[in-house]
Amino acid sequence: MNLTEEQIERYSRHIILKDVGGAGQEKILQAKVLIIGTGGLGAPAALYLAAAGVGTIGLVDGDTVDLSNLQRQVIHFTADVKRLKVDSAREKIEALNPDVKVVTYPERVHAENIAAIIKDYDFIIDGTDNFPAKFLINDACVLHSKPFSHGGILRFDGQTMTYLPGSACYRCVFNSPPPKGAVPTCSEAGILGAVAGMLGTIQAAEALRYILGKGKLLTNRLLIFNALDMEYRQVNIRQNPECPICGERPIITKLVDYEQPVCDLRSRYHA
Amino acid sequence: MKLFINGQEETVSLEEASIAELLSHKRVEMPEMVSVEYNGRFLRRDEYERIRVKDGDRIEFLYFMGGGSN
Ligand SMILES: [Zn+2]
Repeated sequence: MNLTEEQIERYSRHIILKDVGGAGQEKILQAKVLIIGTGGLGAPAALYLAAAGVGTIGLVDGDTVDLSNLQRQVIHFTADVKRLKVDSAREKIEALNPDVKVVTYPERVHAENIAAIIKDYDFIIDGTDNFPAKFLINDACVLHSKPFSHGGILRFDGQTMTYLPGSACYRCVFNSPPPKGAVPTCSEAGILGAVAGMLGTIQAAEALRYILGKGKLLTNRLLIFNALDMEYRQVNIRQNPECPICGERPIITKLVDYEQPVCDLRSRYHA
Repeated sequence: MKLFINGQEETVSLEEASIAELLSHKRVEMPEMVSVEYNGRFLRRDEYERIRVKDGDRIEFLYFMGGGSN
């Protein structure tokens, strides 16, 4: 493929980078990235990937925009309240960059649909807000050999790691979902909006560096930060021989749905 | 006894403490909230009582973080 004059100008700050160049930008324009969850993490990730010119961006989310989302989910605007998040996000991406083809999936991922959704994508970003989805995404990506970025945020904290086939997976670190209620969600415990942006943009950078084949991805390490004291650290991890899905004797050989969390702030206040 | 807990060197007076005791010393109220890496290996929950920490051990308490979207 050949970059047009307009593309050369639009992506000039990428092309000037030694590790991107014209060839790297062409790779980005041909890449397909799936973002599961267009909320706190998915919103900034989608905007940066769209601006970067990722050729196809898939968006999975069955929710509609709520007024309380706007404090951090920067792809959705006030006028979008009550609209489907994937429709709101598609509109912003298309307005930002007509080079991007947007594919929307107005649904939640579950054991039956996830394999078909991830199949066509090069890289997957987990921007979901619940453990059943996080474990399902991990399991689907491990079983179908798909690279993905895990991200989790809570209050002022964030954590992220990248999985490539053969590297440590999310279950190597976190064997199985915590019991319901043991770990609060953002709607219960709160989240500083900018923290979601910090983590979502790290996930976007992982996707771009994967596409480019440049640098050292966050594989076999978990990046943890606390934005209250602005401290970062990374914990080296490795493939766990006892991992239930990628270990020596895997016990998970097909996808399962864990029970979805039922309590959020709204149901607690309106129960 | 010197331990490296979450990357920080700490002197603790907990000779022969179990991982479970260390968790409560570090005020991790619910062990279900963390995954424990002990000298580079992730522990099963049934090992928390059995494993006794010793000088120079490296322990990471990694918290579950489920947020992202809503
Ligand atoms: Zn694993």
